[in-house]
Amino acid sequence: MTGRITKTFEQAKSNGRGILGVFVSAGDPSEEICAATLDALVEAGADMIELGMPFSDPMADGPAIQAASLRAIAAGMTLEKTLKMAAEFRERHPDTPLILMGYFNPIYMYGRDAFLARAVAAGVDGLIIVDLPPEEDVELCDPAIAAGLDFIRLTTPTTKGTRLTRVLEKAGGFVYYVSIAGITGTKSAGADSIKAAIADIRGATDLPVVTGFGIRTPEQAAEASILSDGAIVGSAVVEIIANNIDEAGTPSPEIPQKIGQYVSSLAKAIAAK
Amino acid sequence: MDQAVLNSFQIGPDEDGRFGIHGGRFVAETLMPLILSVEQAYRDAQNDPEFERQLRYYQTHYIGRPSPLYFAERLTKYFGGAKLYFKRDELNHTGAHKINNVLGQALLAKRMGKTKIIAETGAGQHGVATATACALFDLECEVFMGAEDVVRQKPNVDRMRLLGAKVHPVTSGTSTLKDAMNEALRYWVANPETHFYIIGTVAGPHPYPEMVRDFQAVIGKEAKEQMMEAEGRLPDALIACIGGGSNAMGLFYPFLDDKSVDIYGVEAAGHGIDSGLHAASLTGGEPGVLHGNRTYLLQSKEGQIADAHSISAGLDYPGIGPEHAWLHDVGRVNYVSATDEEALVAFQLCSRQEGIIPALEPSHALGFASTMIPEMDKDKVVILNMCGRGDKDLGAVLPKLDERGLL
Repeated sequence: MTGRITKTFEQAKSNGRGILGVFVSAGDPSEEICAATLDALVEAGADMIELGMPFSDPMADGPAIQAASLRAIAAGMTLEKTLKMAAEFRERHPDTPLILMGYFNPIYMYGRDAFLARAVAAGVDGLIIVDLPPEEDVELCDPAIAAGLDFIRLTTPTTKGTRLTRVLEKAGGFVYYVSIAGITGTKSAGADSIKAAIADIRGATDLPVVTGFGIRTPEQAAEASILSDGAIVGSAVVEIIANNIDEAGTPSPEIPQKIGQYVSSLAKAIAAK
Repeated sequence: MDQAVLNSFQIGPDEDGRFGIHGGRFVAETLMPLILSVEQAYRDAQNDPEFERQLRYYQTHYIGRPSPLYFAERLTKYFGGAKLYFKRDELNHTGAHKINNVLGQALLAKRMGKTKIIAETGAGQHGVATATACALFDLECEVFMGAEDVVRQKPNVDRMRLLGAKVHPVTSGTSTLKDAMNEALRYWVANPETHFYIIGTVAGPHPYPEMVRDFQAVIGKEAKEQMMEAEGRLPDALIACIGGGSNAMGLFYPFLDDKSVDIYGVEAAGHGIDSGLHAASLTGGEPGVLHGNRTYLLQSKEGQIADAHSISAGLDYPGIGPEHAWLHDVGRVNYVSATDEEALVAFQLCSRQEGIIPALEPSHALGFASTMIPEMDKDKVVILNMCGRGDKDLGAVLPKLDERGLL
């Protein structure tokens, strides 16, 4: 059976465009608004959802996603609730690929096998766990693959030569190319450097490749989707949440709609190229 | 792992950086090529007599090693039990054991052709040591420090600035040492080609716990020889304080296979373990993954990292080095704790009895010693690692001693 991730890339390709993946942190700024935001993302043309599992110490993330993670934790978000949110999303949206993204510690504390069983039952398609390089495959990657989940790898400008081969050895779903050496949401990279890196990755795998980190504008999203098979946007989306919380800490009910408008502008730019 | 089946406790880490289930390399892919290159460079350096020669030169002529093993005669009389010796690492240049490790890593960074150094710091001792080595070796230095600590530890911030370091106040997360480490790692991820990260304790991804231990093990090697000279035998017990655990690992490591030596690591109990406001990761934490390694962590049942609490900024960390975690699991080292209050009393006691103003960190070790030593026979001998001097703590400590009528 062809999985949702593969189908989504194939469909986009047959339409002559790249895919648009969007990251939000589960439970940011509240469970209710986050669930409505997920619906708005699909409505606005997001092809794939990356749902962040909030962690107190996200060491590879910049200020925007750190803040999103802390907001969600403060609002009472847990891994248990994230899995429930994923299951409910799957009931409403049977075809949209859903990926859980985060750090290992909350999964380790939850219990690896229980987590994998719940994620599979919830209809999750893949995992991106930032702090599990191939050296730690026995921790989660191997059992996740055995459970039927794609273990999605990040590669970076420093992932070269034999290291690239090692990183992609068990990679599933797609390859997430982190276009800058740095944390999420900082600067964006130049087209030439992305082009060269994508060519290297394509030499090492048949999986689709998407570009992320530092994409903010419709133009950048469109360019990333031409250089690779798609774009992932995260920090720019969660900043919309940050900017729509009042001084008393109350989030605006218009957040899903505002994020929908922004994501729609990205989806249109990608489709137009 | 059963203690009975182990032939040696000096066996870690394995090639994957594991001490039992602890340790490892839990970092983002961006850092992996860097960490692998640090490991390779460290292996090369270990096999190079010239590296060893340079390290010894600076240990002798710059740090002032060996540090004395001093018989604390008045405190021994005061306690009325075992003989108490101090390993005087507070007499090192910059006033603490931190410089032992920093010089080793700075020499390694130079070997690798790096010109810029990153460090995290809590109380500022590791930051000052790093700024010092960077001045000595003409390296650029950037220190990440929790914004609150920048205010609390102003004298150390001033020292770092004078030495030419740039101090970045960290306001992310909870603005403490763990966030300073997050921020230093983020900075390293963004500047992988030019920068070397000098981690200050026996934690972080492999090979840092092993490397920092090796650079600090000079403390225990010297202490062993000095004790043979002073008493003609091994000590009966070792005592050292533990935040991340670098001074303790440095003292303990050369004695791990001497089965007659009882070893005590003293964590910071803050307001008391039962209060929940402490920094005792082994006593009050659970295994988890943070800052590149698996180890005992203070955390919620959902796996969110908790804040540590200690009067000592140097012990105020929610984790502990993975080798300590393993030594705890296999039962070779006894991990105990001392409260803020016990440390304060020991701070004053040591100043009055020995004319040595200890840092708040080893004051915890002495706080524990003051309960154990009176119970021991007079023919027993104990070494306590006096790992730092207390000048930096006067601002925080004096008002508290005043309140208690101890001044």
